[in-house]
Amino acid sequence: MTNSPPVISVRDVVVSFGGTTVLDRASVDVFEGEILGFVGGSGAGKSVLMRAIIGLVPKRHGTIEVFGYDLAALNDRQRRALEQRWGVLFQQGALFSSLTALQNVQFPIREYLKLSPRLIEEIALAKLEMVGLSADVRGKYPAELSGGMIKRVALARALALDPDIVFLDEPTSGLDPIGAAEFDELIRTLQRTLGLSVFMVTHDLDSLHAVCDRIAVLSEGRVIATGPIETMLASEHPWLRSYFGGKRGRQVQGLLQ
Amino acid sequence: MACGGAGVGYWTVSAVSLTAKTDGERLALVAAGSWTAERAAELEKIIEETARRHVGARSVDIDLTKLERLDTFGAWLIERLKRTFLVRGSAARITGLSDIDRGLIEELRLVNQAPAPRRAAPNRILLALDAVGRSIAEIGWSLVLLVQMFGALTSAALGTIAHPTRLRLTSMVHHLERVGWRAVPIIALSTFMIGAILAQQGIFRFRTVGLDIYVVDMVTVLVLREVGVLIVCVMVAGRSGSAYTAEIGSMKMREEIDALRTMGLDPVEVLVLPRIIALVIAVPLLTFIGSIAALYGAGLVCWLYAGMAPEIFLERLREAIWLPTFAVGMIKAPFMALTIGLVACSEGFKVEGSAASLGRQTTASVVKSIFLVIVLDGVFAMFFAGIGM
Repeated sequence: MTNSPPVISVRDVVVSFGGTTVLDRASVDVFEGEILGFVGGSGAGKSVLMRAIIGLVPKRHGTIEVFGYDLAALNDRQRRALEQRWGVLFQQGALFSSLTALQNVQFPIREYLKLSPRLIEEIALAKLEMVGLSADVRGKYPAELSGGMIKRVALARALALDPDIVFLDEPTSGLDPIGAAEFDELIRTLQRTLGLSVFMVTHDLDSLHAVCDRIAVLSEGRVIATGPIETMLASEHPWLRSYFGGKRGRQVQGLLQ
Repeated sequence: MACGGAGVGYWTVSAVSLTAKTDGERLALVAAGSWTAERAAELEKIIEETARRHVGARSVDIDLTKLERLDTFGAWLIERLKRTFLVRGSAARITGLSDIDRGLIEELRLVNQAPAPRRAAPNRILLALDAVGRSIAEIGWSLVLLVQMFGALTSAALGTIAHPTRLRLTSMVHHLERVGWRAVPIIALSTFMIGAILAQQGIFRFRTVGLDIYVVDMVTVLVLREVGVLIVCVMVAGRSGSAYTAEIGSMKMREEIDALRTMGLDPVEVLVLPRIIALVIAVPLLTFIGSIAALYGAGLVCWLYAGMAPEIFLERLREAIWLPTFAVGMIKAPFMALTIGLVACSEGFKVEGSAASLGRQTTASVVKSIFLVIVLDGVFAMFFAGIGM
């Protein structure tokens, strides 16, 4: 896996808001076809790094390369072409509240591809079914959907254009343990069938254990460790020990043994 | 994505093809190239053409060994082609799947199986009648809600009078600052201009009959009785009524109103009462300021445009103003403020989950409150005429 070039390469990125530096020379790689779990304390800047990669937050310093292209060096056209190759699942779903579930999934397809209405509808329905939703949610508005359904529709929308990379911002937060486990399973299945590379910001130790190939840990603005969960559990770093060694962490550890 | 060695596969999208070889009733199709989203429009035409051309095929093999890349779009189109043949009663199968693509093809074999729901063609006349009926019911319903809001407000107000400590003084003062104090500059400026325009138009007409001096009477009566309070109410409805609706509406969207209820608090008492009290205090004050500004504007125009000395203007003003003229405008102001506040808050509570609904109710709030203010003004006109004011 490590001998192919990374699909996302973040080097020495600095992001600050006003006087506070949130990311201080953070570096991380995501390789093709892997699920990278990105953890860190609340407010450590996990989402900020994700937003810096997708271009929602400006960086002060450093380089971000996606598919080997430096994002800062691309022109608008190339950037739009690149943006079609990734999908983003926001923490709250960020579904368009005035569109139905089906229209939400159709939206990026309609914007980017000139396809027949029939094909757009079929593809969007196929995506909804692939994320485990039945056909009767198609006409529902986001306000009529449960939290778990919103996340699924948002995932279907993130996958609408068949991206190579999917960014997930706390995909299982706000879901019950059964729903969260199903969602983890779904991400795993879709990642395999579609060959996705996944950048997943999460707090859910179960997700880290169940689906992540590698974990990157952000602390004090830097990525302090990367590696599979076994490495994290074996680490002597005090923050990692308290994160993975706490009561909840020990349960996961118990599952591993 | 199942990219066949194309690295990141970002700019490389190779040409697609579907070559057919017929052998009697057997059809062998070979798909090649990138069957991906970028090519989907082209691919859809290709599969439709293929399906049309080979109607007679009894047995169809779709060979995918030459595929370079496949994504959901391509896989779905292959599945659709297969289904087209299956529906015709032909045998169709997909061969030459790589391990990576197998999962995707399998996944798509399961989707879109349920037939699309058929909607009965709607009758245009019925639809039009339906729309009329719904909008009439809507008008009735919003009147009911308005009365309901008035009732809830009265009960909250009575409760507050019984226990004055329950009045949210800080909140009320805060809203008073927002809807009253901060509105002064824009209200004064607009009414000043209205006064000036009225005077200019008046001078223009009255001069032809040589009765310039009566411009003062006309402007004074118009401004103090009607225009002052109306302009202020229109401005307040647009400026503060819309803000009230949007605030309460977004609080409703984020379940903040429900949170208040579960804490045993009455949202009307906490949110609506301070806002409406602030409006009822602010609008008469703004009306007074607005009327003075309008008269000032009128005086300035009379002086600069018609050469009427300020002393003469003031002298005439003293004769033209009769206490009831001033009182009529000021009496109307708090009632109009109450109307604007009630409409704004009840529209806020009607907001549902979507951003579109917030926009719709905010618009409705401004339109309805301006309309009701004008209706109320008409009712007052009849009332004052009746009591001879």
